[in-house]
Amino acid sequence: MADSSALVDMHDISKVYQMGETKVHALNGVTLSIEEGEYVAIVGTSGSGKSTLMNIIGLLDSPTEGVFAIRGQRASGLTGRQMADLRNMEIGFVFQQFNLLARTPAWRQVELPLFYANVARSASRKRALEALAQVGLAERADHRPDELSGGQQQRVAIARALVNRPSLLLADEPTGALDTRTGEEVMALFEKLHEEGLTLVIITHDQEIAERAHRVITMRDGVIVSDSDAATTTASGFRNGLSGAAPAPLPRPVAIEQDKEKMYEAV
Amino acid sequence: MKLFRYFPVAVDSIAANKMRASLTMLGIIIGVAAVLTILGVGRGASANILDEVASQGTTRLTISPSTESEGEGAGAPVQTLTMGDVRALSDAAFHPDIVEVVPQYGGSIQLVAGSNNKQTRVTGTTADYAEVHRLEMAEGRFLTEDEIAQMSNVIVIGTAVATDLFERTQVVGESVRIDGEPFTVVGVLKESGNAGFGSNDDSGFIPIGAAHGRIFNVPRYRGEYIVTSVSANAVSEERVEAAERQIEQTLRLRHGLGADDDNDFTISTQASLLDTIGTVTNTLTLLLSSIAAISLVVGGIGIMNIMLVSVTERTKEIGLRKALGAHTSDVLLQFLIESLVLTLLGGLIGIAISYGLALLVQRIPNFPIDLLIGVDALVLAVGVSASCGLIFGLYPALRATRLDPIEALRYE
Ligand SMILES: Nc1ncnc2c1ncn2[C@@H]1O[C@H](COP(=O)(O)OP(=O)(O)OP(=O)(O)O)[C@@H](O)[C@H]1O
Ligand SMILES: [Mg+2]
Repeated sequence: MADSSALVDMHDISKVYQMGETKVHALNGVTLSIEEGEYVAIVGTSGSGKSTLMNIIGLLDSPTEGVFAIRGQRASGLTGRQMADLRNMEIGFVFQQFNLLARTPAWRQVELPLFYANVARSASRKRALEALAQVGLAERADHRPDELSGGQQQRVAIARALVNRPSLLLADEPTGALDTRTGEEVMALFEKLHEEGLTLVIITHDQEIAERAHRVITMRDGVIVSDSDAATTTASGFRNGLSGAAPAPLPRPVAIEQDKEKMYEAV
Repeated sequence: MKLFRYFPVAVDSIAANKMRASLTMLGIIIGVAAVLTILGVGRGASANILDEVASQGTTRLTISPSTESEGEGAGAPVQTLTMGDVRALSDAAFHPDIVEVVPQYGGSIQLVAGSNNKQTRVTGTTADYAEVHRLEMAEGRFLTEDEIAQMSNVIVIGTAVATDLFERTQVVGESVRIDGEPFTVVGVLKESGNAGFGSNDDSGFIPIGAAHGRIFNVPRYRGEYIVTSVSANAVSEERVEAAERQIEQTLRLRHGLGADDDNDFTISTQASLLDTIGTVTNTLTLLLSSIAAISLVVGGIGIMNIMLVSVTERTKEIGLRKALGAHTSDVLLQFLIESLVLTLLGGLIGIAISYGLALLVQRIPNFPIDLLIGVDALVLAVGVSASCGLIFGLYPALRATRLDPIEALRYE
């Protein structure tokens, strides 16, 4: 099927919700591919299907129709175990609604992915605290969600997404609850990790953030209406190799080839 | 082992939801404590009764007249068991397996001492009564052969009678009047400490001749005074049945019963008494077990309720855990161990409470019932409560693991 060099490959993806008699087409034939190391912003009106798309990319949801492949492997052919491992090791997901565990201290929340990655408890606590420090919450490690502000909760969710050093970060409005300065700090962290090789996909309503991305995908009513990386939306919808022809909206930083361990050590 | 990894997670989860955890545990605690206590009381009660019966000897036989089956006096005892029968049964030549034969004629009558009086069951009997019924004395002695032969005006009384009449128990030598006749107290029985079965605290014993000739207006049958019952001792526990047959033979012969006639007396042995009591206590245990079952169900429903209420939260939690990389087995193990920790903890507390009650009961002097907690009750109580916890604890987990993570996360 699709070019196996792409990190994410979607062909004619639809997601339909049956609401009694009527059908809601959350996604309506989306074709898209994202290369390793890209920095993508997804924008669009509320209800246009951005979160639905991202849930499918993050292996949290399955499409009603279409073919979805991650690293050249069809999602439909993956076992539950393999998907869980991919979610655990490769993908960091920042939920639009944070999704924190009730009555659980921040550092425990951040530690969760490490538990399922079989990291020893002593090491995982240390790494959880480091991740919290990255998002400026070192002081709040023992606070429970109900003792944190909305923005702090969002940053706990971000720390949790980053703690297991994913290669793909999917962030659904990661700065939605943050003030300009904190938002800027989080974006700077993301971009730093991106420079070190992290593939970044961010849903945002913020024009400024969208402009920082190297590729902007605009959605409306479950379809992609524009993609700044024009070469990626050919008739077939499948790009053949990385097209250097597309002009990036901002000067694109050079992705330094580094192994994952090193890249996170730097942070 | 990898399994141990889940214990901290389960404990964290319990600690993060103390309310839910304690409510679940409460169900288990109530279930376990109620079952153990209820069944313990039942067991204790029957063990007490059986002990009491056994302590009165297992070689004893009691002969009593049958009850009239028809006519005017239906229900009243047949008046054919007499002192003549007692003498006949005492003949060791024909009754090699019987050692002591003790007649009894008893009735309820007023005892008077000074300005005090008391309605008491007074039994006329012989000296061997104390031996056959294993009476122990607190003061003085039991009736002697001499006193029986001379039909002396002497009486042995229980402690309750002594305290009611004299406000003390050292009353040997005091005088008690029955129907105007003075009787000298020669002994006071040891308090049985048991208000229930087989207690003699509220009785008096006088020579059988005095009872027959002066105190009670006793009818005769074929010229002999009748008795209300006869006690006998078999030579050994093994010979009880043989003794029973010898008694039956002699009495049928003496009462002139034909081959088709039913016995006009009944012989009960301690063994048959134990059987009867066994039946009664089984019924009691069954009744208590049903009550216990109800409390288990109530406890179980409590557990179920709280588990079901927490389903939404748990479904979301499972969605999140799966989203973060948990395998289905991770989730199930976590929930299994969480339920296990909760139910075992609750079970232990329940057991501790019922054992605490048992200890408390033992400290109450003269409390008639011990609390006996059997292993089977323990297993039953903990088993049922734990299954409730497991089943209803695993239910949300099983359901949520089948969903896509995002569906579980959205679950309301
Ligand atoms: N579980 C569901 N059942 C039914 N309809 C759904 C469900 N989830 C999403 N939808 C519908 O699918 C459409 C796309 O939803 P989605 O959450 O992807 O939008 P979005 O672009 O992320 O919006 P926003 O910017 O507000 O987050 C919406 O019309 C929504 O009502
Ligand atoms: Mg959304």
